[in-house]
Amino acid sequence: MIYFDNAATSWPKPEGVIEAMAAFSREVGANPGRAGHRMSVEAGRIVNDARDAVAELLHVNDPLRVVLGSNATEALNLAIFGLLGSGDHVVTSGMEHNSVMRPLRQLEAIGVELTVVECAADGSMDPYDVDAAIRQETRLVVLNHASNVVGTLLPVSDVGAICRENDALLLVDAAQTAGTHPVHMDDDNIDLIAFTGHKGMMGPQGTGGLVIGERVNIADLRPLKHGGTGSRSELEVQPDFLPDRYESGTMNTIGLAGLIAGIEYVLQKGVEAIREHESSLLARFIDGARTIPGATLYGPMDTARQTATTSLNIDGLSQSEAGLMLDEEHNIMSRVGLHCSPSAHRTLGTFPDGTVRFGFGLFNTAEEIDISLEALENMAEGARTSGGGR
Amino acid sequence: MTEFCVALFYSNSHALRAEKLAKKAGFKVKVIPTPRHLSSDCGFALRCDEDDVPAIQGIMDGDSVEYDRIEKVG
Repeated sequence: MIYFDNAATSWPKPEGVIEAMAAFSREVGANPGRAGHRMSVEAGRIVNDARDAVAELLHVNDPLRVVLGSNATEALNLAIFGLLGSGDHVVTSGMEHNSVMRPLRQLEAIGVELTVVECAADGSMDPYDVDAAIRQETRLVVLNHASNVVGTLLPVSDVGAICRENDALLLVDAAQTAGTHPVHMDDDNIDLIAFTGHKGMMGPQGTGGLVIGERVNIADLRPLKHGGTGSRSELEVQPDFLPDRYESGTMNTIGLAGLIAGIEYVLQKGVEAIREHESSLLARFIDGARTIPGATLYGPMDTARQTATTSLNIDGLSQSEAGLMLDEEHNIMSRVGLHCSPSAHRTLGTFPDGTVRFGFGLFNTAEEIDISLEALENMAEGARTSGGGR
Repeated sequence: MTEFCVALFYSNSHALRAEKLAKKAGFKVKVIPTPRHLSSDCGFALRCDEDDVPAIQGIMDGDSVEYDRIEKVG
């Protein structure tokens, strides 16, 4: 089986991730930081070690500014709903996932003003277009670090500098980049990073979080959830300090045990080395796919300007037919359709049908790329000779 | 006989960060349930030798660890 759906969830996981989760179940298993007994303390240490690991990977100076949660979607919701209110203006790109677009559209209904900065047909963005969109009342700019559909990298660092000049905050959705492309909180001028553990960080599903930078005033960021934190239990109101203010309820400690092992694996391999490997697979795929008659590729098609995720369509084959043929006849797992990103597909000109997406990962090989190219060639030829009949 | 002190925190995450940093610096510390008479909190406190208090305070102040206070215990 060939797994090319790493842009959704990376698979397989390093053996250490599975071992860490099994060890937690067998040996630790208690509620983190709620009681003083040694099992609870150990579980609490795992939660804090996960903060340290995330901070190291994303170059965050203070691990206590890493708020842990379920995934990037939850983190984006926390930041967006927590910061914005009626009368505020927010800017985003035309390449966003619905984890950004749906919260923003929801807020429009209560009087938040939204500007969507258009991107080029390959998904790229001119940072000066953000500059032009910023107004006096602009509170926040939300940007995808890289597209989940075609991998296009957005100029977060430049936009971050613009935000700082204009007293706005920059929230970056690093779901597609954390672990596979360098993410640097300070150098990239980022104020908030939403990350998820189950993609490039090589951890399990149900782990993620929000890094909250020093330019964010905690009093201005409302929690998404209120509840027990194991601290200030005498108070019936939410604590006002990090990270507790945003971490109500028992943590996914078993998942975090796996996430630590995943991040350790990534750090040991090196983000740059991982990026190099994945880029070489992407380059091999693009070189082959662009010569297939009837195949149309989308995005930059340039390893320097994107992650190892790309999309294509084949003349005469619907996306669902192509996906099913890849799965059933060629044992290749792709992801077809709109990828929860109607806005991005409009920018790419592939709405409403979508694309067939290939998300290459750390454990994929050149041989798997060659097998998939042969499969795509056969499929394109079959579609041509059958008269392209759907 | 060594006298013990207990550092009290607002957040368990900060208590555990203090533990990690103090241990790394070679100090003998232990995370204990916060003594009831010192706080109504259900969380963790950090017990250390009285002699080490200034150094551990320095470590916490040098990082971003926030603590309420340090109390002497019996």
